[in-house]
Amino acid sequence: MANSPAVLITGLTKHFGKVHALDGLDLTVRTGEVHGFLGPNGAGKTTTLRILLGLLRADAGHTELLGGHPWRDAVELHRRLAYVPGDVVLWPTLSGGEAIDLLGRLRGGLDRQRKAALLDRFGLDPAKKGRAYSKGNRQKVALIAALASEVDLLLLDEPTSGLDPLMEATFREVIAEERTRGRTVLLSSHSLAEVEALCDQVTIIRDGRTVETGTLAGLRHLTRTTISADLDHVPHLLNELAGVHALTVSGSHVSFQIDGEHLQTALRLLTDAGVRQLTCRPATLEELFLRHYQAVA
Amino acid sequence: MNGTLTLVRLALRRDRVLLPVWIVVIAGLVTVSASAIAELYPHAGQRIALGVTIGATPALQALTGPVFDAASVGGLTAWRATTMASALAALMSILVVTRHTRAEEETGRAELLGSCVVGRQAVPAAAVAVAVTANAVITLLITVGLAGQGLPAAGALAFGAAVGGTGWVFTGVALAAAQLTTHARTASALACATLGLAFLLRALGDAAKAEALAWSSPLGWAQRVRAFAGERWWVIALFAVTALALVAAAALLARRRDLGAGLLPPRPGRPDARASLAGPVALAWRLQRGGLLGWAVGFAIAGTLFGALAHSLGDLVADNPHMAALLARMGGTDALTDAFLTAELSVLALVAGGYAVQATLRLRGEESALRAESVLATAVTRRRWSLSHLALALGGSALIMSVGGLSAGLAHGLRIGRPAGQAARMLGAALLQVPATWTLAGIAMLLFGLLPRLTALAWAALVAFALLAQLGELLQLDDAVMNLSPFSHVPQTLGRPVDAGPLLGLLLVTAALLAAGIVAFQRRDLQQE
Repeated sequence: MANSPAVLITGLTKHFGKVHALDGLDLTVRTGEVHGFLGPNGAGKTTTLRILLGLLRADAGHTELLGGHPWRDAVELHRRLAYVPGDVVLWPTLSGGEAIDLLGRLRGGLDRQRKAALLDRFGLDPAKKGRAYSKGNRQKVALIAALASEVDLLLLDEPTSGLDPLMEATFREVIAEERTRGRTVLLSSHSLAEVEALCDQVTIIRDGRTVETGTLAGLRHLTRTTISADLDHVPHLLNELAGVHALTVSGSHVSFQIDGEHLQTALRLLTDAGVRQLTCRPATLEELFLRHYQAVA
Repeated sequence: MNGTLTLVRLALRRDRVLLPVWIVVIAGLVTVSASAIAELYPHAGQRIALGVTIGATPALQALTGPVFDAASVGGLTAWRATTMASALAALMSILVVTRHTRAEEETGRAELLGSCVVGRQAVPAAAVAVAVTANAVITLLITVGLAGQGLPAAGALAFGAAVGGTGWVFTGVALAAAQLTTHARTASALACATLGLAFLLRALGDAAKAEALAWSSPLGWAQRVRAFAGERWWVIALFAVTALALVAAAALLARRRDLGAGLLPPRPGRPDARASLAGPVALAWRLQRGGLLGWAVGFAIAGTLFGALAHSLGDLVADNPHMAALLARMGGTDALTDAFLTAELSVLALVAGGYAVQATLRLRGEESALRAESVLATAVTRRRWSLSHLALALGGSALIMSVGGLSAGLAHGLRIGRPAGQAARMLGAALLQVPATWTLAGIAMLLFGLLPRLTALAWAALVAFALLAQLGELLQLDDAVMNLSPFSHVPQTLGRPVDAGPLLGLLLVTAALLAAGIVAFQRRDLQQE
């Protein structure tokens, strides 16, 4: 079991009437990793999580969660995982502290000391009634309930979308600790900085399909590097070189983007032309994102 | 008020099915009652005889009010259909107003609208405009429907205005209630409790011939418009003035609070849950206990009042020598009292059916608010979660019927000097009604499992059963149709041996409905609105 992935999804499809929410999605989350789950709005992230939770039934495809079947074995699996929904809705008449205790007990147990510590770190007042919390504070309630539970897997759906920057930093610290404790985390997010800081592996989906998956370093390798240089003379071969994009030349200064596999050739060409100054910047996750997101149109 | 018209259009778009159904049902009910009376009692003599029977039956007057002119078809229609149609128009107005005011604030949609070019009062103004217009359409349809059957036009208009006017008054009641609480459910419960109280006051006033009591209720006013019996037009103005006053009061209340807030500030809760809040049943109890307490109090009050009244009815009727003779033929004072108490218990049972539907549909409420997701993502099966709220629905309806029966029995028993015996007898009679209310929970559960978006049909079923109970005999409907209602299978008389067969049948049907509903829910996707 230890070596089997925490989440294994292949060819997952789900239709709502005529809408294809998921259209052959693949996702593998290995045990012990923090996995970033990215995609534009409506790409199918929440639908995927709901299928993993047995709240929705898959139309086709293979889905395995902690070695079990998400729909059939729902209750046994739910003892070993905690879920933070993207839209946290609390019971208006229950206080935040009551909701945390209740959700923990329904999962099968809550670490009281950890709950107290988390309340302190997130600065949450547990005595307020559910209807009195802001979006960020509702999210904190769900997060604390999940993090204080003794579970193997955390499914987090955009958990920081309502948190302020200070609390985002706290969230990152806490997730980093969870990783060292050996918990597996599937983190759907829009915050690129968060994913870069936390995630070992990243999966990007679009229109219900997986478009990229791998380590951040691996994904970067597939993308373009931005180079800008001041040269003794501008080599006229530069614009004919394979893999060069967005070339601009002004006097002795050139800047361009270059596909990963042609980087070495380009650098050789530049050194031959006499480099006076050179900056070389790897693709940011943001550029990676935009490339996939914009392709929607 | 900027943007009110746009909001009215939005409300009409959202209610494009529901509102026309309400309007057609209410207006149709009145029209059908009139044609049935014309067909079944073609001669004035027959109608007058019916009027005398009604006069000797306080139970009937408690349900439907006094007859002002038994000789005419219009007069009998006004007796038979006014209370029913007015109460339904009031209910429609309450639901429409709450849905477009407090419910909008609670979900935060009003905030979205409030940030657009929409005046501060536009949301309540639009809700009131929709409700007032819907009631005006009902007035118009009733007028046309009755006049179209050859009844006097003035009476038809007075009838329609009495129904629409009651709707206007409860538009104001609902708007004021929506300012007081932060919860749409609490707001509509408050307005519905007011409607229940209005019904109770009118029923007591009419049964005991206490005019002042009847005049304290808008439902009593609707009767006292005296459609087809020397119309009192000024009562229509009373409706309009009351409605305006309530709307003005609501506007004053609204000015004293923020968007989304109520007038009463929220109190802090416990930082930790009690050890007892540990499972789905505990959660369901926690969520529903406040509402259940309200229902129980309402049933205790209604039971006590009807019980206290029952013994006086015989005297009241016996004072009139003509009535006394009729009474003797019907089985004497005891029979009259028993008939009255039985009739009141069946009304309570219909209301308890409403509780059963509401408590069961809490499942749907939790689902569409996404709170069910949080619970079902933990180690709780769908069956266990369903059963938690069903336990409240079934246990709660049994509880409130017991409270109603016990308090009626105690109050009646204290008057005749046998409190314990009467309490036990009435408790037993009330419990006999429980299986029928459970059937409604079964219908609601089946809808929740199979057609979660159409759970409102459970309310339609309740209204249909209520109409069968109210109109079935008048329309001389076939037994096969009458038997569609679970309430037709309840033994209806106190002091006769009980046939357990139909009750067992009801229990079996209910169990099957509940099981089918749970299985269907276990197989479907969770769905939002």
